[in-house]
Amino acid sequence: MADAIRIENLRKRFRLGFIPKSREILKGITFAVGEGEIFGYLGPNGAGKTTTIKCLLGLIHPDAGTITIFGRPYSSPRSREPLGFLPENPYFYDYLTAREFLAFTADLFGLGRGEKDERIARLLKLVGLERAADLPLRKYSRGMLQRAGLAQALVNDPRLVVLDEPLGGMDPIGRKEIRDIIVRFKDEGKTVFFTSHILQDIEMICDRVAIIVGGRIVKEGGLRDLVSEKVLFTEVTVAGLPPQTFAGLGESVSARGDRVLLKIYDEAKVDEVVGLVHDRKGRLIALSPRTETLEDIFVETVTRT
Amino acid sequence: MKIGAIAGITFKEAKRDRVLYLLFFFAALGIVASRVLAVLTVGDRIKIIKDVGLASISVFGVLMAILIGTGLVYKEIDKKTIYTLLAKPLHRSEFILGKFLGLVLTLLVMTAAMAVIFLAIVYAHTARVEGSLLVAVAYIFLELILITAVAVLFSSFSTPILSSLFALAFYLIGHLSWGLELIIKKMRPGTGKALVRALYLVLPDLENFNFKTEVVHGLPIPPAIYLSSFLYGVCYTAFILGLAVLIFRRRDFI
Repeated sequence: MADAIRIENLRKRFRLGFIPKSREILKGITFAVGEGEIFGYLGPNGAGKTTTIKCLLGLIHPDAGTITIFGRPYSSPRSREPLGFLPENPYFYDYLTAREFLAFTADLFGLGRGEKDERIARLLKLVGLERAADLPLRKYSRGMLQRAGLAQALVNDPRLVVLDEPLGGMDPIGRKEIRDIIVRFKDEGKTVFFTSHILQDIEMICDRVAIIVGGRIVKEGGLRDLVSEKVLFTEVTVAGLPPQTFAGLGESVSARGDRVLLKIYDEAKVDEVVGLVHDRKGRLIALSPRTETLEDIFVETVTRT
Repeated sequence: MKIGAIAGITFKEAKRDRVLYLLFFFAALGIVASRVLAVLTVGDRIKIIKDVGLASISVFGVLMAILIGTGLVYKEIDKKTIYTLLAKPLHRSEFILGKFLGLVLTLLVMTAAMAVIFLAIVYAHTARVEGSLLVAVAYIFLELILITAVAVLFSSFSTPILSSLFALAFYLIGHLSWGLELIIKKMRPGTGKALVRALYLVLPDLENFNFKTEVVHGLPIPPAIYLSSFLYGVCYTAFILGLAVLIFRRRDFI
Protein backbone atom coordinates (compact mmCIF):
# COMPACT_ATOMS: atom_id res chain seq x y z
CA MET A 1 0.00 0.00 0.00
CA ALA A 2 1.37 3.43 -0.99
CA ASP A 3 2.05 5.98 1.73
CA ALA A 4 -0.51 8.76 1.97
CA ILE A 5 2.32 11.27 1.63
CA ARG A 6 5.91 10.61 0.65
CA ILE A 7 8.36 13.48 0.48
CA GLU A 8 11.96 12.90 -0.51
CA ASN A 9 14.83 15.36 -0.45
CA LEU A 10 12.55 18.38 -0.89
CA ARG A 11 14.39 21.62 -1.48
CA LYS A 12 13.11 25.12 -2.01
CA ARG A 13 14.95 28.40 -2.29
CA PHE A 14 13.28 31.81 -2.48
CA ARG A 15 14.67 35.05 -3.82
CA LEU A 16 12.95 37.81 -1.89
CA GLY A 17 13.27 41.55 -1.37
CA PHE A 18 13.82 44.62 -3.54
CA ILE A 19 17.41 43.58 -4.08
CA PRO A 20 16.66 39.83 -4.32
CA LYS A 21 18.41 37.82 -1.67
CA SER A 22 18.39 34.07 -1.98
CA ARG A 23 17.31 32.05 1.05
CA GLU A 24 16.97 28.29 1.24
CA ILE A 25 13.78 27.51 3.16
CA LEU A 26 13.68 23.73 2.73
CA LYS A 27 17.01 21.96 2.84
CA GLY A 28 16.29 18.38 1.84
CA ILE A 29 13.12 17.35 3.66
CA THR A 30 12.36 13.62 3.72
CA PHE A 31 9.51 11.90 5.53
CA ALA A 32 6.49 9.73 4.88
CA VAL A 33 3.00 9.64 6.31
CA GLY A 34 1.38 6.20 6.39
CA GLU A 35 -2.26 5.70 5.47
CA GLY A 36 -4.60 6.02 8.46
CA GLU A 37 -2.08 7.91 10.62
CA ILE A 38 -2.48 11.21 12.43
CA PHE A 39 0.82 12.90 11.71
CA GLY A 40 1.91 16.08 13.48
CA TYR A 41 4.34 18.41 11.73
CA LEU A 42 6.00 20.68 14.28
CA GLY A 43 8.45 23.49 14.11
CA PRO A 44 9.08 27.04 15.28
CA ASN A 45 7.88 29.99 13.19
CA GLY A 46 9.71 30.23 9.90
CA ALA A 47 10.98 26.65 10.05
CA GLY A 48 9.38 25.71 6.72
CA LYS A 49 6.14 23.98 7.77
CA THR A 50 3.79 26.00 5.58
CA THR A 51 6.26 25.94 2.69
CA THR A 52 6.28 22.13 2.87
CA ILE A 53 2.48 22.09 2.80
CA LYS A 54 2.39 24.54 -0.13
CA CYS A 55 4.81 22.31 -2.05
CA LEU A 56 2.63 19.30 -1.26
CA LEU A 57 -0.43 21.11 -2.62
CA GLY A 58 1.31 22.38 -5.74
CA LEU A 59 1.07 26.04 -4.67
CA ILE A 60 4.85 26.28 -4.76
CA HIS A 61 7.15 24.49 -7.20
CA PRO A 62 10.03 22.77 -5.38
CA ASP A 63 13.56 23.24 -6.70
CA ALA A 64 14.36 19.58 -6.11
CA GLY A 65 12.93 16.45 -4.59
CA THR A 66 9.86 14.32 -5.09
CA ILE A 67 6.42 14.44 -3.51
CA THR A 68 3.76 11.81 -3.97
CA ILE A 69 0.22 11.65 -2.61
CA PHE A 70 -1.08 8.07 -2.51
CA GLY A 71 1.61 7.25 -5.06
CA ARG A 72 0.67 10.04 -7.50
CA PRO A 73 3.07 12.92 -8.18
CA TYR A 74 1.96 16.15 -6.49
CA SER A 75 2.07 18.08 -9.78
CA SER A 76 -0.95 16.24 -11.17
CA PRO A 77 -4.26 17.82 -10.12
CA ARG A 78 -5.62 14.27 -9.82
CA SER A 79 -3.31 13.75 -6.83
CA ARG A 80 -5.50 16.28 -4.99
CA GLU A 81 -8.75 14.40 -5.61
CA PRO A 82 -8.50 12.42 -2.35
CA LEU A 83 -7.20 15.43 -0.43
CA GLY A 84 -8.85 18.06 1.75
CA PHE A 85 -6.96 21.16 2.88
CA LEU A 86 -7.58 23.76 5.55
CA PRO A 87 -5.22 26.77 5.26
CA GLU A 88 -3.67 28.46 8.30
CA ASN A 89 -5.91 31.53 8.32
CA PRO A 90 -8.85 30.51 6.18
CA TYR A 91 -9.48 33.16 3.54
CA PHE A 92 -12.71 32.72 1.67
CA TYR A 93 -15.07 34.78 -0.44
CA ASP A 94 -16.60 36.73 2.42
CA TYR A 95 -19.73 37.74 0.49
CA LEU A 96 -20.81 34.09 0.16
CA THR A 97 -22.73 32.24 2.84
CA ALA A 98 -21.20 29.04 4.24
CA ARG A 99 -23.77 27.03 2.28
CA GLU A 100 -22.95 28.83 -1.00
CA PHE A 101 -19.23 28.47 -0.38
CA LEU A 102 -19.53 24.75 0.27
CA ALA A 103 -21.66 24.37 -2.87
CA PHE A 104 -18.94 26.15 -4.85
CA THR A 105 -16.17 23.91 -3.49
CA ALA A 106 -18.35 20.85 -4.16
CA ASP A 107 -18.64 22.01 -7.80
CA LEU A 108 -14.84 21.97 -8.04
CA PHE A 109 -15.02 18.23 -7.32
CA GLY A 110 -17.88 17.75 -9.76
CA LEU A 111 -20.35 16.43 -7.18
CA GLY A 112 -23.91 15.81 -8.39
CA ARG A 113 -26.73 17.98 -7.06
CA GLY A 114 -28.31 15.40 -4.71
CA GLU A 115 -24.99 14.24 -3.32
CA LYS A 116 -23.85 17.84 -2.94
CA ASP A 117 -26.91 18.96 -0.92
CA GLU A 118 -26.77 15.92 1.33
CA ARG A 119 -23.04 16.33 2.00
CA ILE A 120 -23.29 20.08 2.67
CA ALA A 121 -26.07 19.50 5.22
CA ARG A 122 -24.00 16.77 6.92
CA LEU A 123 -20.85 18.90 7.03
CA LEU A 124 -22.63 21.96 8.40
CA LYS A 125 -23.93 19.76 11.20
CA LEU A 126 -20.52 18.17 11.79
CA VAL A 127 -18.77 21.53 12.29
CA GLY A 128 -21.69 23.08 14.17
CA LEU A 129 -22.57 25.78 11.64
CA GLU A 130 -26.14 24.73 10.86
CA ARG A 131 -27.66 27.88 12.34
CA ALA A 132 -25.14 30.23 10.71
CA ALA A 133 -25.19 28.45 7.33
CA ASP A 134 -27.01 31.24 5.53
CA LEU A 135 -25.03 34.14 6.96
CA PRO A 136 -22.32 35.74 4.80
CA LEU A 137 -18.84 34.60 5.84
CA ARG A 138 -17.77 38.19 6.58
CA LYS A 139 -20.02 38.05 9.66
CA TYR A 140 -18.23 34.98 11.02
CA SER A 141 -15.85 35.04 13.97
CA ARG A 142 -12.38 33.54 13.50
CA GLY A 143 -13.43 30.29 15.12
CA MET A 144 -16.52 30.04 12.88
CA LEU A 145 -14.36 30.66 9.80
CA GLN A 146 -12.08 27.87 10.94
CA ARG A 147 -15.10 25.57 11.13
CA ALA A 148 -16.29 26.65 7.67
CA GLY A 149 -12.74 25.98 6.47
CA LEU A 150 -12.81 22.51 7.93
CA ALA A 151 -16.18 21.84 6.27
CA GLN A 152 -14.84 22.85 2.82
CA ALA A 153 -11.79 20.64 3.38
CA LEU A 154 -14.13 17.67 3.85
CA VAL A 155 -16.52 18.36 0.99
CA ASN A 156 -14.98 15.62 -1.18
CA ASP A 157 -14.92 13.08 1.69
CA PRO A 158 -11.10 12.99 1.46
CA ARG A 159 -8.83 10.09 2.37
CA LEU A 160 -6.12 12.57 3.35
CA VAL A 161 -6.82 15.73 5.35
CA VAL A 162 -4.09 18.40 5.50
CA LEU A 163 -4.66 20.96 8.22
CA ASP A 164 -2.38 23.98 8.70
CA GLU A 165 -2.79 25.20 12.30
CA PRO A 166 -6.38 23.98 12.62
CA LEU A 167 -6.58 24.83 16.31
CA GLY A 168 -5.33 28.41 16.06
CA GLY A 169 -7.86 31.04 17.13
CA MET A 170 -10.22 28.50 18.68
CA ASP A 171 -11.55 28.73 22.22
CA PRO A 172 -10.96 25.70 24.50
CA ILE A 173 -14.36 24.18 23.66
CA GLY A 174 -13.83 24.71 19.94
CA ARG A 175 -10.37 23.17 20.21
CA LYS A 176 -11.76 20.10 21.88
CA GLU A 177 -14.45 19.77 19.21
CA ILE A 178 -11.89 20.00 16.40
CA ARG A 179 -9.65 17.51 18.21
CA ASP A 180 -12.56 15.11 18.49
CA ILE A 181 -13.32 15.53 14.79
CA ILE A 182 -9.67 14.77 13.93
CA VAL A 183 -9.75 11.62 16.07
CA ARG A 184 -13.01 10.62 14.35
CA PHE A 185 -11.20 10.95 10.98
CA LYS A 186 -8.76 8.29 12.15
CA ASP A 187 -11.64 6.01 13.14
CA GLU A 188 -13.04 6.47 9.63
CA GLY A 189 -9.68 5.41 8.20
CA LYS A 190 -8.65 8.88 7.01
CA THR A 191 -5.07 10.10 7.17
CA VAL A 192 -4.49 13.44 8.89
CA PHE A 193 -1.41 15.59 8.38
CA PHE A 194 -1.43 18.70 10.49
CA THR A 195 0.72 21.45 11.92
CA SER A 196 0.10 23.09 15.26
CA HIS A 197 1.84 25.22 17.83
CA ILE A 198 -0.34 23.72 20.55
CA LEU A 199 1.84 20.80 21.49
CA GLN A 200 -0.52 19.38 24.11
CA ASP A 201 -3.09 18.84 21.36
CA ILE A 202 -0.54 17.16 19.12
CA GLU A 203 0.54 14.93 21.98
CA MET A 204 -3.07 14.02 22.68
CA ILE A 205 -4.03 12.90 19.19
CA CYS A 206 -0.97 12.23 16.99
CA ASP A 207 0.46 8.81 16.16
CA ARG A 208 3.69 10.15 14.73
CA VAL A 209 5.43 13.51 14.55
CA ALA A 210 8.23 15.18 12.65
CA ILE A 211 10.03 18.26 13.96
CA ILE A 212 11.38 20.69 11.37
CA VAL A 213 13.91 23.33 12.32
CA GLY A 214 15.64 25.66 9.87
CA GLY A 215 14.33 23.74 6.87
CA ARG A 216 15.56 20.34 8.07
CA ILE A 217 13.75 17.47 9.77
CA VAL A 218 15.60 17.06 13.04
CA LYS A 219 13.41 14.45 14.67
CA GLU A 220 10.83 12.04 13.37
CA GLY A 221 9.08 9.03 14.80
CA GLY A 222 6.19 7.54 16.72
CA LEU A 223 5.07 9.68 19.60
CA ARG A 224 5.57 6.80 22.05
CA ASP A 225 9.13 6.30 20.81
CA LEU A 226 10.00 9.96 21.18
CA VAL A 227 8.35 10.70 24.50
CA SER A 228 9.75 8.39 27.16
CA GLU A 229 7.85 7.34 30.26
CA LYS A 230 10.82 8.50 32.36
CA VAL A 231 9.88 10.66 35.38
CA LEU A 232 11.73 13.97 35.15
CA PHE A 233 10.84 15.14 38.65
CA THR A 234 8.03 14.86 41.18
CA GLU A 235 6.04 17.80 42.49
CA VAL A 236 4.97 17.36 46.11
CA THR A 237 2.67 19.80 47.94
CA VAL A 238 2.84 19.59 51.72
CA ALA A 239 0.96 21.58 54.42
CA GLY A 240 1.66 22.24 58.08
CA LEU A 241 5.46 22.01 57.95
CA PRO A 242 8.10 24.72 57.33
CA PRO A 243 10.18 24.51 54.12
CA GLN A 244 13.39 23.98 56.14
CA THR A 245 12.08 20.54 57.11
CA PHE A 246 12.85 19.32 53.60
CA ALA A 247 16.33 20.82 53.24
CA GLY A 248 18.49 18.59 51.09
CA LEU A 249 15.58 16.48 49.89
CA GLY A 250 14.20 18.70 47.14
CA GLU A 251 13.92 22.19 45.81
CA SER A 252 11.34 24.36 47.56
CA VAL A 253 9.61 26.11 44.65
CA SER A 254 7.05 28.15 46.55
CA ALA A 255 5.59 28.58 50.04
CA ARG A 256 2.12 30.11 50.34
CA GLY A 257 0.30 30.10 53.69
CA ASP A 258 1.26 26.86 55.36
CA ARG A 259 1.70 25.07 52.03
CA VAL A 260 5.03 24.25 50.47
CA LEU A 261 5.57 23.10 46.89
CA LEU A 262 8.63 20.90 46.45
CA LYS A 263 10.29 19.76 43.27
CA ILE A 264 12.12 16.45 43.81
CA TYR A 265 14.45 15.16 41.11
CA ASP A 266 15.59 11.98 42.87
CA GLU A 267 12.78 9.40 42.88
CA ALA A 268 14.22 7.69 46.02
CA LYS A 269 13.83 10.92 47.96
CA VAL A 270 10.10 11.11 47.27
CA ASP A 271 9.50 8.25 49.72
CA GLU A 272 11.71 10.01 52.28
CA VAL A 273 9.63 13.19 51.99
CA VAL A 274 6.38 11.26 52.34
CA GLY A 275 7.77 9.49 55.47
CA LEU A 276 8.92 12.81 56.96
CA VAL A 277 5.49 14.37 56.45
CA HIS A 278 3.88 11.39 58.14
CA ASP A 279 6.34 11.42 61.09
CA ARG A 280 6.10 15.19 61.71
CA LYS A 281 2.28 15.14 61.53
CA GLY A 282 2.15 17.28 58.39
CA ARG A 283 -0.35 16.83 55.58
CA LEU A 284 0.38 15.57 52.09
CA ILE A 285 -1.80 17.64 49.71
CA ALA A 286 -0.61 16.46 46.29
CA LEU A 287 2.05 14.31 44.68
CA SER A 288 2.46 14.35 40.92
CA PRO A 289 5.27 12.75 38.94
CA ARG A 290 6.09 14.80 35.83
CA THR A 291 7.06 12.68 32.84
CA GLU A 292 8.71 13.94 29.68
CA THR A 293 6.32 15.75 27.32
CA LEU A 294 6.43 16.54 23.65
CA GLU A 295 6.97 20.15 24.64
CA ASP A 296 10.16 19.20 26.50
CA ILE A 297 11.43 17.34 23.45
CA PHE A 298 10.43 20.17 21.14
CA VAL A 299 12.11 22.86 23.24
CA GLU A 300 15.23 20.75 23.71
CA THR A 301 15.43 19.90 19.99
CA VAL A 302 14.87 23.46 18.81
CA THR A 303 17.30 24.93 21.36
CA ARG A 304 19.97 22.35 20.51
CA THR A 305 19.56 22.95 16.77
CA MET B 1 -17.89 22.14 -14.79
CA LYS B 2 -14.92 23.43 -12.77
CA ILE B 3 -14.35 26.32 -15.18
CA GLY B 4 -18.08 27.05 -14.92
CA ALA B 5 -17.88 27.14 -11.11
CA ILE B 6 -14.95 29.58 -11.19
CA ALA B 7 -16.71 31.68 -13.86
CA GLY B 8 -19.88 31.73 -11.74
CA ILE B 9 -18.07 32.93 -8.64
CA THR B 10 -16.19 35.54 -10.71
CA PHE B 11 -19.46 36.81 -12.15
CA LYS B 12 -20.90 37.01 -8.63
CA GLU B 13 -17.85 38.93 -7.43
CA ALA B 14 -17.72 41.28 -10.42
CA LYS B 15 -21.37 42.24 -10.15
CA ARG B 16 -20.72 43.31 -6.55
CA ASP B 17 -18.10 45.80 -7.73
CA ARG B 18 -19.37 49.37 -7.46
CA VAL B 19 -16.97 50.54 -10.17
CA LEU B 20 -19.00 48.47 -12.61
CA TYR B 21 -22.20 50.34 -11.84
CA LEU B 22 -20.46 53.70 -11.81
CA LEU B 23 -19.09 53.07 -15.30
CA PHE B 24 -22.45 51.75 -16.46
CA PHE B 25 -24.09 54.92 -15.16
CA PHE B 26 -21.66 57.11 -17.11
CA ALA B 27 -22.06 54.98 -20.23
CA ALA B 28 -25.84 55.32 -20.00
CA LEU B 29 -25.41 59.04 -19.39
CA GLY B 30 -23.20 59.30 -22.48
CA ILE B 31 -25.73 57.44 -24.62
CA VAL B 32 -28.64 59.55 -23.37
CA ALA B 33 -26.63 62.78 -23.64
CA SER B 34 -25.99 62.01 -27.32
CA ARG B 35 -29.54 63.27 -27.96
CA VAL B 36 -28.65 66.62 -26.41
CA LEU B 37 -25.44 66.78 -28.44
CA ALA B 38 -27.42 65.99 -31.58
CA VAL B 39 -29.71 68.95 -30.93
CA LEU B 40 -26.71 71.27 -30.58
CA THR B 41 -25.01 70.01 -33.74
CA VAL B 42 -25.47 71.08 -37.31
CA GLY B 43 -25.85 68.08 -39.63
CA ASP B 44 -27.33 64.66 -39.49
CA ARG B 45 -28.52 64.35 -35.89
CA ILE B 46 -29.10 60.62 -35.92
CA LYS B 47 -25.48 60.03 -36.99
CA ILE B 48 -24.29 61.99 -33.96
CA ILE B 49 -26.52 59.89 -31.69
CA LYS B 50 -25.20 56.66 -33.18
CA ASP B 51 -21.55 57.85 -33.11
CA VAL B 52 -21.62 59.04 -29.52
CA GLY B 53 -23.70 56.04 -28.37
CA LEU B 54 -21.34 53.46 -29.89
CA ALA B 55 -18.30 55.37 -28.61
CA SER B 56 -19.79 55.36 -25.08
CA ILE B 57 -20.38 51.60 -25.20
CA SER B 58 -16.83 51.07 -26.45
CA VAL B 59 -14.98 53.39 -24.03
CA PHE B 60 -16.89 52.46 -20.88
CA GLY B 61 -16.85 48.78 -21.81
CA VAL B 62 -13.06 48.93 -22.11
CA LEU B 63 -12.80 50.72 -18.76
CA MET B 64 -14.96 48.01 -17.17
CA ALA B 65 -12.79 45.27 -18.66
CA ILE B 66 -9.57 46.94 -17.53
CA LEU B 67 -10.58 48.17 -14.06
CA ILE B 68 -12.29 44.95 -13.02
CA GLY B 69 -10.17 42.51 -15.03
CA THR B 70 -6.83 43.72 -13.68
CA GLY B 71 -7.90 43.02 -10.10
CA LEU B 72 -9.43 39.62 -10.74
CA VAL B 73 -6.49 37.26 -10.33
CA TYR B 74 -4.48 39.66 -8.17
CA LYS B 75 -7.27 39.83 -5.56
CA GLU B 76 -7.38 36.04 -5.31
CA ILE B 77 -3.63 35.98 -4.63
CA ASP B 78 -3.69 39.02 -2.33
CA LYS B 79 -6.62 37.75 -0.25
CA LYS B 80 -5.16 34.22 -0.35
CA THR B 81 -8.45 32.70 -1.48
CA ILE B 82 -6.37 31.05 -4.19
CA TYR B 83 -4.83 28.65 -1.62
CA THR B 84 -8.17 26.96 -1.08
CA LEU B 85 -8.92 26.81 -4.81
CA LEU B 86 -5.63 25.47 -6.10
CA ALA B 87 -5.56 22.84 -3.33
CA LYS B 88 -8.52 21.28 -5.14
CA PRO B 89 -8.04 19.11 -8.25
CA LEU B 90 -8.03 22.18 -10.46
CA HIS B 91 -5.59 22.96 -13.28
CA ARG B 92 -4.20 26.46 -13.11
CA SER B 93 -5.37 26.91 -16.70
CA GLU B 94 -8.94 26.11 -15.57
CA PHE B 95 -8.65 28.82 -12.94
CA ILE B 96 -7.47 31.43 -15.49
CA LEU B 97 -10.13 30.43 -18.02
CA GLY B 98 -12.84 30.50 -15.34
CA LYS B 99 -11.80 33.98 -14.24
CA PHE B 100 -11.72 35.15 -17.84
CA LEU B 101 -15.11 33.69 -18.72
CA GLY B 102 -16.68 35.10 -15.55
CA LEU B 103 -15.65 38.60 -16.53
CA VAL B 104 -16.66 38.04 -20.16
CA LEU B 105 -20.11 37.06 -18.88
CA THR B 106 -20.25 40.22 -16.76
CA LEU B 107 -19.27 42.33 -19.78
CA LEU B 108 -21.83 40.54 -21.94
CA VAL B 109 -24.58 41.53 -19.51
CA MET B 110 -23.29 45.11 -19.29
CA THR B 111 -22.81 45.48 -23.05
CA ALA B 112 -26.31 44.06 -23.64
CA ALA B 113 -27.77 46.54 -21.13
CA MET B 114 -25.89 49.46 -22.76
CA ALA B 115 -26.99 48.26 -26.21
CA VAL B 116 -30.64 48.17 -25.11
CA ILE B 117 -30.42 51.78 -23.88
CA PHE B 118 -28.63 52.77 -27.08
CA LEU B 119 -31.20 51.10 -29.37
CA ALA B 120 -34.01 52.67 -27.34
CA ILE B 121 -32.53 56.14 -27.81
CA VAL B 122 -32.09 55.54 -31.55
CA TYR B 123 -35.65 54.19 -31.71
CA ALA B 124 -36.95 57.28 -29.92
CA HIS B 125 -35.38 59.40 -32.68
CA THR B 126 -36.09 57.32 -35.78
CA ALA B 127 -39.02 55.09 -34.69
CA ARG B 128 -37.03 52.17 -36.21
CA VAL B 129 -35.12 49.29 -34.62
CA GLU B 130 -31.79 49.34 -36.44
CA GLY B 131 -30.43 45.82 -36.17
CA SER B 132 -27.29 46.74 -38.14
CA LEU B 133 -26.09 48.73 -35.14
CA LEU B 134 -25.83 45.45 -33.26
CA VAL B 135 -23.06 44.38 -35.64
CA ALA B 136 -20.93 47.28 -34.42
CA VAL B 137 -21.84 46.44 -30.80
CA ALA B 138 -20.92 42.78 -31.37
CA TYR B 139 -17.45 43.76 -32.61
CA ILE B 140 -17.04 46.16 -29.71
CA PHE B 141 -17.81 43.18 -27.49
CA LEU B 142 -15.21 41.09 -29.33
CA GLU B 143 -12.69 43.85 -28.60
CA LEU B 144 -13.74 43.81 -24.93
CA ILE B 145 -13.10 40.07 -24.82
CA LEU B 146 -9.55 40.66 -26.07
CA ILE B 147 -9.00 43.50 -23.59
CA THR B 148 -10.29 41.22 -20.80
CA ALA B 149 -7.74 38.58 -21.77
CA VAL B 150 -5.02 41.25 -21.66
CA ALA B 151 -6.22 42.44 -18.24
CA VAL B 152 -6.20 38.86 -16.91
CA LEU B 153 -2.70 38.34 -18.36
CA PHE B 154 -1.27 41.37 -16.54
CA SER B 155 -3.28 40.59 -13.42
CA SER B 156 -1.62 37.17 -13.20
CA PHE B 157 1.78 38.69 -12.40
CA SER B 158 1.34 42.37 -11.57
CA THR B 159 -0.51 44.75 -9.25
CA PRO B 160 -3.88 46.22 -10.34
CA ILE B 161 -2.46 49.74 -10.87
CA LEU B 162 0.42 48.59 -13.05
CA SER B 163 -1.83 46.09 -14.84
CA SER B 164 -4.35 48.86 -15.58
CA LEU B 165 -1.60 51.02 -17.06
CA PHE B 166 -0.27 48.14 -19.17
CA ALA B 167 -3.75 47.21 -20.38
CA LEU B 168 -4.58 50.84 -21.17
CA ALA B 169 -1.32 51.13 -23.10
CA PHE B 170 -2.27 47.98 -25.02
CA TYR B 171 -5.63 49.56 -25.86
CA LEU B 172 -4.11 52.85 -27.01
CA ILE B 173 -1.37 51.17 -29.05
CA GLY B 174 -4.02 48.89 -30.53
CA HIS B 175 -5.98 51.86 -31.81
CA LEU B 176 -2.98 53.73 -33.15
CA SER B 177 -1.05 50.87 -34.74
CA TRP B 178 -3.01 51.15 -38.00
CA GLY B 179 -0.83 54.20 -38.69
CA LEU B 180 2.06 51.79 -39.17
CA GLU B 181 0.20 50.23 -42.08
CA LEU B 182 0.15 53.62 -43.80
CA ILE B 183 3.85 54.08 -43.12
CA ILE B 184 4.62 50.64 -44.57
CA LYS B 185 2.82 51.57 -47.76
CA LYS B 186 4.87 54.75 -48.15
CA MET B 187 8.26 53.25 -47.25
CA ARG B 188 10.78 52.00 -49.75
CA PRO B 189 11.54 48.27 -49.64
CA GLY B 190 14.43 47.42 -47.35
CA THR B 191 15.36 46.59 -43.77
CA GLY B 192 13.46 49.56 -42.36
CA LYS B 193 10.25 48.51 -44.05
CA ALA B 194 10.71 44.91 -42.88
CA LEU B 195 11.24 46.10 -39.31
CA VAL B 196 8.13 48.30 -39.34
CA ARG B 197 6.15 45.43 -40.86
CA ALA B 198 7.37 43.06 -38.10
CA LEU B 199 6.41 45.66 -35.50
CA TYR B 200 2.95 45.99 -37.03
CA LEU B 201 2.50 42.22 -36.93
CA VAL B 202 3.45 42.01 -33.26
CA LEU B 203 1.40 44.98 -32.08
CA PRO B 204 -2.35 44.58 -31.76
CA ASP B 205 -4.57 46.31 -34.31
CA LEU B 206 -7.83 46.96 -32.52
CA GLU B 207 -9.16 48.97 -35.45
CA ASN B 208 -10.02 45.54 -36.86
CA PHE B 209 -13.03 45.60 -34.54
CA ASN B 210 -14.09 49.14 -35.39
CA PHE B 211 -17.14 49.02 -37.66
CA LYS B 212 -18.72 52.13 -36.19
CA THR B 213 -18.20 54.41 -39.20
CA GLU B 214 -19.44 51.82 -41.69
CA VAL B 215 -22.54 51.03 -39.62
CA VAL B 216 -23.40 54.66 -38.82
CA HIS B 217 -23.02 55.75 -42.45
CA GLY B 218 -24.58 52.62 -43.87
CA LEU B 219 -21.45 51.68 -45.87
CA PRO B 220 -21.22 48.12 -47.21
CA ILE B 221 -18.81 45.73 -45.45
CA PRO B 222 -17.63 42.62 -47.33
CA PRO B 223 -18.30 39.39 -45.33
CA ALA B 224 -14.60 38.49 -45.64
CA ILE B 225 -13.73 41.54 -43.51
CA TYR B 226 -16.19 40.43 -40.83
CA LEU B 227 -14.71 36.96 -40.87
CA SER B 228 -11.08 38.08 -40.79
CA SER B 229 -11.79 40.50 -37.92
CA PHE B 230 -13.58 37.75 -36.02
CA LEU B 231 -10.74 35.28 -36.55
CA TYR B 232 -8.18 37.95 -35.62
CA GLY B 233 -10.03 38.53 -32.33
CA VAL B 234 -10.35 34.85 -31.52
CA CYS B 235 -6.71 34.05 -32.33
CA TYR B 236 -5.28 37.08 -30.50
CA THR B 237 -7.43 36.34 -27.43
CA ALA B 238 -6.35 32.68 -27.46
CA PHE B 239 -2.69 33.77 -27.75
CA ILE B 240 -2.96 36.20 -24.82
CA LEU B 241 -4.80 33.65 -22.67
CA GLY B 242 -2.18 31.03 -23.50
CA LEU B 243 0.50 33.47 -22.36
CA ALA B 244 -1.44 34.17 -19.13
CA VAL B 245 -1.71 30.43 -18.42
CA LEU B 246 2.00 29.94 -19.13
CA ILE B 247 2.99 32.70 -16.68
CA PHE B 248 0.44 31.64 -14.07
CA ARG B 249 1.54 28.00 -14.16
CA ARG B 250 5.09 28.96 -13.27
CA ARG B 251 4.11 31.15 -10.30
CA ASP B 252 4.81 30.29 -6.68
CA PHE B 253 2.13 31.35 -4.21
CA ILE B 254 4.23 32.26 -1.20
